[in-house]
Amino acid sequence: MSGKSIGARVLRTEDARLLTGRGEFVDDIRLPGMLHAAFVRASFAHARIHGVDASAALALPGVRAVLTWADLSRGLQTTRLPSLVPNPYSKFPRTQLALAKDEVCYVGEAVAIVVADSRHVAEDAAALVSVDYEPLPAMSDCRDAVAEGAAPAHADLPDNKAATFKTAYGDVAAAFAGAAHLIKEALWIHRGCGQALECRGVVTDVGRDGMLTVWSSTQTPHLEKRVLADLLQRKPDTIRVIAPDVGGGFGPKAIFYGEDAIVAAAALRLKRPIKWIEDRREHFLATTQERDQYWSLEIALDADAKLRGVRGTMLHDTGAYMPWGVVMPYIAATTVPGPYILPAYDLDVTVAYTNKVPTTPVRGAGRPQAVFVMERLLDSAARALNIDPAEIRRRNLIQPEQMPYKVGLTFRDGKPVIYDSGDYPAAFGKAIELSAYADFPQRQKRAREEGRYIGIGIGSYVEGTGLGPFEGVRVAVEDDGTISVQSGAAPQGQGHKTMLAQIVAEQLQVPMTQIHVTVGDTAAFPMGIGTFASRVTANAGPSALLAARTVRDKILETASRILDAKVEDLVLDDGKVDLRTGNRRAVSLGDLAKASQGFPGFSFAPGQTPGLEHTAYFTPPQAAYCNGTHIVEVEADPETGAVKILNYAVAHDSGTLINPLIVDGQIQGGVAHGIGNTLLEWMGYDTNAQPVTTTFADYLLPSACEIPFVDAVHIETPSPLNPLGVKGAGEGGTIPAAAAIVAAVENALDPFSVKLNESPITPDRIVAAIDKARRRKHP
Amino acid sequence: MKPPPFRYHDPRTVDEAIGLLSTLDNAKVLAGGQSLMPMLNMRYVLPDDVIDINKIAALCYIRETDGVIEFGAMTRQRDIEFSDVVKARFPIIHEAILNVGHRQTRNRGTIGGSLCHLDPSAELVTMAAAHDAVVTVAGPNGTREIPFAQFPVTFMTTAIEANELVTGVRFPRWPAGHGYGFVEFARRHGDFAIASAAALLETDSNGKITRASVTLGGVSVTPVRVRAVEQALIGQKGSEDFFREVCEECRKVAAIDDVHAPANYRQHLATVMSRRALVAALGRVGKA
Repeated sequence: MSGKSIGARVLRTEDARLLTGRGEFVDDIRLPGMLHAAFVRASFAHARIHGVDASAALALPGVRAVLTWADLSRGLQTTRLPSLVPNPYSKFPRTQLALAKDEVCYVGEAVAIVVADSRHVAEDAAALVSVDYEPLPAMSDCRDAVAEGAAPAHADLPDNKAATFKTAYGDVAAAFAGAAHLIKEALWIHRGCGQALECRGVVTDVGRDGMLTVWSSTQTPHLEKRVLADLLQRKPDTIRVIAPDVGGGFGPKAIFYGEDAIVAAAALRLKRPIKWIEDRREHFLATTQERDQYWSLEIALDADAKLRGVRGTMLHDTGAYMPWGVVMPYIAATTVPGPYILPAYDLDVTVAYTNKVPTTPVRGAGRPQAVFVMERLLDSAARALNIDPAEIRRRNLIQPEQMPYKVGLTFRDGKPVIYDSGDYPAAFGKAIELSAYADFPQRQKRAREEGRYIGIGIGSYVEGTGLGPFEGVRVAVEDDGTISVQSGAAPQGQGHKTMLAQIVAEQLQVPMTQIHVTVGDTAAFPMGIGTFASRVTANAGPSALLAARTVRDKILETASRILDAKVEDLVLDDGKVDLRTGNRRAVSLGDLAKASQGFPGFSFAPGQTPGLEHTAYFTPPQAAYCNGTHIVEVEADPETGAVKILNYAVAHDSGTLINPLIVDGQIQGGVAHGIGNTLLEWMGYDTNAQPVTTTFADYLLPSACEIPFVDAVHIETPSPLNPLGVKGAGEGGTIPAAAAIVAAVENALDPFSVKLNESPITPDRIVAAIDKARRRKHP
Repeated sequence: MKPPPFRYHDPRTVDEAIGLLSTLDNAKVLAGGQSLMPMLNMRYVLPDDVIDINKIAALCYIRETDGVIEFGAMTRQRDIEFSDVVKARFPIIHEAILNVGHRQTRNRGTIGGSLCHLDPSAELVTMAAAHDAVVTVAGPNGTREIPFAQFPVTFMTTAIEANELVTGVRFPRWPAGHGYGFVEFARRHGDFAIASAAALLETDSNGKITRASVTLGGVSVTPVRVRAVEQALIGQKGSEDFFREVCEECRKVAAIDDVHAPANYRQHLATVMSRRALVAALGRVGKA
């Protein structure tokens, strides 16, 4: 082995095991004497609890315990689940208790746990637990929730304004006063669930040494350990959290859920291992989602279509609680300017409580909404000014020589939004080329002659990725010469192990097969933040590089001592160190590892440290901004409202690529997510805030049949913010999808003068929009 | 999402099954299980007894005699899909069955199960309505026949009694050279149809329509034969414009309003699907 592995399109080291069914997920863990849990969940969106009667459930054979709030320890009774980010904008930052005390605020909120010999019996018993509810008025629509005199979603709060804040820069008044064109739009964007194929799940076990081991399907094992210590009032070093193989995260598994603490508390009480596996219906009821944003925006332009300013308001539905504070609306508010030179901006944001499952980031985290509204404004402006949608964008793109570009906003990491690098016109141009945009008018003309309606749409975005504070990596040469790598960043299918191994392999010049990576175990690595916000490669990647470099230095120092040669005369390659002259026997990494640990009883030389290992914590100074452009070609059936995607082109710049194959997969999967969001997925609630789409027959996900092969091209503008030049790539596939697809459908239906300012666009909504346009024309 | 407790029975004969149905108060018959098993897991149904009829070999057959095809109740959808007789003589059933769920569900799903479950969007239910099929039902007092027009009572409710079992269904054949068309609109392939339409046509030597069957699936609580459209077609020469005009009648059908689609959208789709089915049918007249 010699040469580069960073940038190589290598197969993932994880796949052979996962694809042959040898993965180990939480539900694969079976411990002797293990019991099974089911939760009793609120059947009302808002109700007072007057009492819980578990006697019938407890009488059922095989039931071991039913625990309600009254049965919990003081810590669990009084400590609300943590808010994971500072939230200065909220007067009432409310999070939930692990089990509801006397009020439930959404359908699905956990009220009691039933522990039994099997999940079957646990479910039978859960149905027998009788909860005395007094229904209270429930808020379903966030617009109603913030109306004057609306009933509060939490009985003790004065109103449903969970938070309000302003995001602004520049002289908006002057921008609008001097504008040649003003365009105003009202827009609605709904986002549904993450819907990982593996639902949540937890197994807890208390060892004879008192060690509490928790296997959880989580994106954040170290966070889970910390919160469990707080809630259970245990010493952190008596808790070990393991995220085994996890079947998808997409955001909702990044927070801490009360069920994990309750299952642990039950295991501690019963002194038996307990498993709880969330079923799909529970996932719809009790796992966080994203939800509606209503935007009202006005854009001001010069006579030559240069942007002058954007102003307006946004209303965000946060659901019943805010475990992530205002992160999604905040990110949405700061993502609007995107890749464009926007001199002035003013947005007033209101965050509303409703009686629906809480929201936390889902892949994109507020950005798809922001990109949707900005790109829709540009399309409206292009139409009003009668210029091509591509042309209006070209005229406003930030130019590469303007980098680093200071937008004028403060991002959610508290740092000013400064785009670190990127060539936006280049990415835009690549997408234009890849989509054969220039020839589209001919294609459209031909199709119309055949009675077919095809359209094209553009969506461009800038995404703050690679958020800190850190992810650490330890690299060590083992005594047999293999390399072990540990990190606190736990994967859910992204390929962290492959990525870290590629980086380490290049530094230590060993084949990737000689590198063993351990992730997702708090006992294997002391600190970690988690896998979300497209952050792991930009945090753990540089840590792996720095750790491996130090280990490489240690290897060469040790070899220089043993071989009695200068470091600069040594060659590290293929698991051994050799002299450049080749006149002495090479030393293997294993022998060097052993030698580095000295001999019993003999002191080290001054300055010598034991072992060939090092742990590095890279801390990025700010977010690294990736960017890209999607161009979509669709065919719409105006009679049925059906939409078929004909071509999907992506130009994507996430800095230096460690493994293009993995990034291709992220783009393909991200686009699938975006197509689902735009054309299929809708999480419905009725007027009483009862969820009405709680199965996959009602909540429609895209399947292989609906997803085209995405044509992607990479542009690599290295980020100056980390030694690898990497940026995040996990969300860019999703972020501009809705904007581009809706634009394409609107373009296809142009002969009907249809205006589409919402997402998802379901067939019935498309037909209704055509009908509405027709009535407007011929009243 | 685990089923509630129930007793399980697996009779080997129809008589045995009828005996169980006659003595058990709250029993459900398990055929292919593609609807019942999820309903049990979600506890939408809570039977005390489940009678699995998969071991009654006598209920698995496809027979064609004198212009009538008869399917045993336990005939798998996949066997109907691959039946040469069906493909040759009942091409519309072949066309429709490709829209029934997915290959994996068709391997297990049965025609009898589909008819008894009576989902309004089920393709085989729509086929039975389109063909004026006749359902054979066994009970404690022997067998009886129910014309399909009388089989659905209301939403997912059939005319069979609690102690009866569907044993088979007969479809009368349309003559060689008839036109046929089945189209459906579902959100994704294999999903429940939001609206489907089946059209069967016969014409005379002048091309005038002499016989027509037009059926809507998924639109209303049960499949609907749109008699007004059928009558308007008789004696006329078909054309897309003519069909467009005639199919407006479908907008009057009482439609389901649910999370998948509002009623007025279903009614709109009914006009589109019925027209497209008729256009397809007209194009195929005389070709088979």
